[in-house]
Amino acid sequence: MQVPILKQGGYLIASIQSVLSDADLLQLRDSLGDRVGEFRSRGVIIDVTVLDVIDSFATRMLRAIAHMLKLRGAETVIVGIQPDVAFAMVQLGLTLEGVGTALDLEEGLAYLDTKTKRIPADGN
Amino acid sequence: METEAQTEIHSAADIVTARQRGRTLALQLGFNGAEVTLIAAAISEVARNIVDHAKKGEIVMSSVMSSATSNSGSGRRGIQIIARDEGPGIPDVAQAMQYGYSTRRGLGVGLPGAKWLMDEFDIDSRLGRGTTVTMKKWLPYK
Repeated sequence: MQVPILKQGGYLIASIQSVLSDADLLQLRDSLGDRVGEFRSRGVIIDVTVLDVIDSFATRMLRAIAHMLKLRGAETVIVGIQPDVAFAMVQLGLTLEGVGTALDLEEGLAYLDTKTKRIPADGN
Repeated sequence: METEAQTEIHSAADIVTARQRGRTLALQLGFNGAEVTLIAAAISEVARNIVDHAKKGEIVMSSVMSSATSNSGSGRRGIQIIARDEGPGIPDVAQAMQYGYSTRRGLGVGLPGAKWLMDEFDIDSRLGRGTTVTMKKWLPYK
């Protein structure tokens, strides 16, 4: 199932709606890469609240997406990792090193606001 | 009550199916939410191992009772997951079980990760014949 990507101001929100197959994750990576350019987005939120398992492949993909978008000039934050899912990831030794994470959508937006704060070039 | 579930693994999409069946069976057996998630994650890793290395295989999950020889003591109920393939086999099992070792593009956490998630983990691999992973998780004492 394709992940809908919503535009919210200067940010994109990819809200995962159901359990994802590997192919869905690859497609999410490709569409986010395109959309960030199309909308000149400076931040991306990936909401994984509904995921019941984040295994090694999903972890690798989330990390790859975040690092790829960083190279495109956008910050990524993963929101909504459930406590059980987080515990299983720790047991598996999986980390999202170098990738922003936040509790929920609200915290994710606040995280991006801090991360993408522009300092005016003319000093005003 | 359904106490056995078999899933053919042919593609990455089947990983999701196996994981969901494992989740259902584990819940029926009485595992709690956190344990069910650990079991589902372990199934995901062994199923992925089949897809990545053997292309096809099967995962059989069933309810199991521990025997006297088990180091967890006898008479405990739990779930058993057998992942079987007729792929190329693993040349060096000890190396494959090392954390961070991967012959492919993976993170190298699949098999050792699954072992950490479960109570018992056994791997039998023969070159040119295939690999069978048998893993178990016991219900906590009431």
